[in-house]
Amino acid sequence: MSGTGYIYKREPLIFELSAPGRRAYSLPSSDVPACDPAEVLPRDQLRREPAALPEVSEVDVVRHFTRLSQRNHGVDIGFYPLGSCTMKYNPKVNEVVAGLDGFANVHPLTPEDLVQGALQLMYEMQTYLCEIGGVDAVTLQPAAGAHGEFTGVSIIKAYLASKGQGHRNKVIIPDSAHGTNPATAVIAGCETVEVKSDARGGVDIESLRAVADENVACLMLTNPNTLGLFDENIHVIADIVHRAGGLLYYDGANANAIMGYARPGDAGFDVVHFNLHKTFSTPHGGGGPGSGPVGVKKELADFLPVPVVGKDGDRYYLDYSLPKTIGRVKSFYGNFGVVVKAYAYIRSMGPEGLKRVAEDAVLAANYLMRKIARDYHLMYDRICKHEFVASGVWQRDRHGVKTLDIAKRLLDHGFHAPTVYFPLIVPEALMIEPTETESRETLDAFAEAMARIAREAEETPEKVTGAPQTTFVKRLDEARAARQPDLAYRGDLPKE
Amino acid sequence: MVRSPYLPNTEADRRRMLEEIGLSSVEELFADIPEEVAFKGRMTLPEPLSEMELLAHMKRLAARNASASDWAVFLGGGAYDHFVPSVVGHVLGRSEFYTAYTPYQPEVSQGVLQSIYEYQTMITRLTAMDVSNASMYDGASAMAEAALIACAATRRTKVVTPLTLSPEYRETIRTYLAGQRLQAVEVPYDPTSGQTDLAALEKAVNGDTAAVLLAHPNYFGCLEDPEEVGRLAHAAGAVFVVAVDPISLGLLKPPGEYGADIAVGEGQPLGNPMSFGGPYLGFMAATEKLVRRMPGRIAGATVDQDGDPGFVLTLQTREQHIRREKATSNICSNEALNALAAAVYMSLMGREGLVEVARLCLAKAHYAHERLTALPGFSAPFSAPFFKEFVVKGPDFAAAAKRLAARRILVGPDLGAGYPELRGSFLVAVTEKRTRAEIDSLADGLGGKA
Repeated sequence: MSGTGYIYKREPLIFELSAPGRRAYSLPSSDVPACDPAEVLPRDQLRREPAALPEVSEVDVVRHFTRLSQRNHGVDIGFYPLGSCTMKYNPKVNEVVAGLDGFANVHPLTPEDLVQGALQLMYEMQTYLCEIGGVDAVTLQPAAGAHGEFTGVSIIKAYLASKGQGHRNKVIIPDSAHGTNPATAVIAGCETVEVKSDARGGVDIESLRAVADENVACLMLTNPNTLGLFDENIHVIADIVHRAGGLLYYDGANANAIMGYARPGDAGFDVVHFNLHKTFSTPHGGGGPGSGPVGVKKELADFLPVPVVGKDGDRYYLDYSLPKTIGRVKSFYGNFGVVVKAYAYIRSMGPEGLKRVAEDAVLAANYLMRKIARDYHLMYDRICKHEFVASGVWQRDRHGVKTLDIAKRLLDHGFHAPTVYFPLIVPEALMIEPTETESRETLDAFAEAMARIAREAEETPEKVTGAPQTTFVKRLDEARAARQPDLAYRGDLPKE
Repeated sequence: MVRSPYLPNTEADRRRMLEEIGLSSVEELFADIPEEVAFKGRMTLPEPLSEMELLAHMKRLAARNASASDWAVFLGGGAYDHFVPSVVGHVLGRSEFYTAYTPYQPEVSQGVLQSIYEYQTMITRLTAMDVSNASMYDGASAMAEAALIACAATRRTKVVTPLTLSPEYRETIRTYLAGQRLQAVEVPYDPTSGQTDLAALEKAVNGDTAAVLLAHPNYFGCLEDPEEVGRLAHAAGAVFVVAVDPISLGLLKPPGEYGADIAVGEGQPLGNPMSFGGPYLGFMAATEKLVRRMPGRIAGATVDQDGDPGFVLTLQTREQHIRREKATSNICSNEALNALAAAVYMSLMGREGLVEVARLCLAKAHYAHERLTALPGFSAPFSAPFFKEFVVKGPDFAAAAKRLAARRILVGPDLGAGYPELRGSFLVAVTEKRTRAEIDSLADGLGGKA
């Protein structure tokens, strides 16, 4: 090890630790008759040389990945106000229960009578999500939010086609929407039409009227939207789209704000996806796994992917008998292990607890917004929901400090940065979502760091533009990474 | 009153926060929800459980499932009971990894980014392909997205999907193709060998063919002739997509050596528990030429301000958060933690260990094949070579499964559901975990011994 202190400047790649003959595994010797691969497999199909995987000892592997973990920020280390991602605390008991033998080590094709516990859990989860979302039927199959979007839009298209409306091919998407919405519409074979936001941050009603015609398949809406604002005209919007013969799709990325206060199904949404890894506390895993169940109104229930879980008396079963199903979106039944954690969360919180979650999330966001508004511009200065979007335009215009610099300086202060430069309609956007699991003291400390950075931008801007200075690596050259892609190790790493 | 260990703010905190905002009640924060849509009721959900009560409840549910710790699992069909070394769970339990999200701030996410880069490197070495992404949802959706890449790259509309692909893969692919009015063209299998019918495949491939998909080993466990399938695909200017079992690559020639343009697969066998079907990971590797059409996250190496090496997400102009409707895919969250499990698993098994696992699977599967097909009334319907999974034909699967349950053995699935002509045939998967005693017991149970 080439380190010179407790904190190593660089952790070598696992391949650099490799030495021929080292091993980190122990396997039993074979208890069956010998079997020569060259005898039972076609010779021309045999691998000539083993894959060049590392040759390391077990302690090498453990230290390597432990050290890597230490070079990473997570919710368990500190505040992670990444807007629209709902980086709330991930309860530990949920990890424990998902790891139970009877959940983690069960083959998906085990006969139904030997997996009644798993099926019961899934059935109950479907029921809970119906209640929380105000919908009639739920599939747990989609593996993430965007996967849920694809499932939902595919359901809408199939439903419309069954009504002789197969020509409807337009998906209306507000300019504040997540990038997954337009990308989903195109993958599902639709065209996208963008609608503007109005001065209060909601869907511009006149623009919507202008595009809501006989070719509309659906409107995809996040509510509260990515500005953290609840669309006050939602009933009007629903009416316009429905009158045009289109359906309403609810992107559930921001559902943490409304549990117990509003249900998408009651507000006219026909299809809803839930992000179990946001609203229901399952960990984000460094980029997944997520889980993106989709709920629908009665008329659309026959179009869900199969199987869904049904109940007959006391017996739970996998129901493949949906004649109009869109088919499958993945193997088996969804990210079951993630569903277990979300189920445990709902059972821990109960109905009042989930409502309190929404209250505390919204309270935290508004509290933080008032503090941050002292030094940063707010384009939409009204009560927000679970998140808000501040802007670094003052710092940019007055001191030449960009939002990216502010984000990097926050890392020096021990905080993960908010989502930046999104939504696209706010210049120099800082999208901040504190979540309900942060104490008032944490929020105060973050506000204080933001205030200090605002002062630094004024007095010592180079401190901000030169950030971060205290991280394992300094600001990374992303342009070079894209210009000279180095996507797999071939013996050396880029140098200056 | 709500009391939850996950909600730190007290009534006093809430009052002070409301004061700062200038409101007198929390309800006022929800005044922007129009009367017409506000939910006034109380959600009908079970009352909250304490941690102790929750644990007891969850243990009761878990106890009603047959786990691989108590049962000998010979089930196959896309998920496999491979051994997961203790280190994998230990690393995945590091909450710096599992409580992080997509590494949007690379300076404080070097752990996740470097591990993705290492994962990508291992996948390219395993498959002998040029580039790998950071993971897809699972093998089926990875193959479906590979088909979409092929359609976009060739501007063609037909995808050849042999019946030797898993029924679940084919259903997933159909759903992905349906929206864009792309078409799956099915190709039969040779009923004697269990392999894709190459003559039929050759007829099905033409100037409209965007991609030829192949699973190798296929759903029946049979090895295909990937070299020849690749040749047929390329002769028509189609993209050759192959789905491989990563464990089989300990012994089998990697896709990069027989002309695959895209290699995908179910990564579950690489250190991920079966977890009743998910979360798993789909891996996807491709030739250099296709890198800008790849879906999802890709990590790359670069340098920082001081010229020291570091890692970032790169080539993001492919992705939905930058390109919106022009993105190559809508994927955002992937299966990073499962990919980390795969990277740790491949680090542990290493160059020699993966070969050893594959050899154990091969030997045990062949022993099981010999035992089962020698039973009176049982036979092997297919003649093709196999790796760890194979088809057995028997008189009455349902009755046999019942007998085996008494021995705490699971086998299957029955192929009748996806292939009516194969009623009575079932899959047998044999991993390195199965012992000779278990295989003998499987044979005895199938053969009718009580």
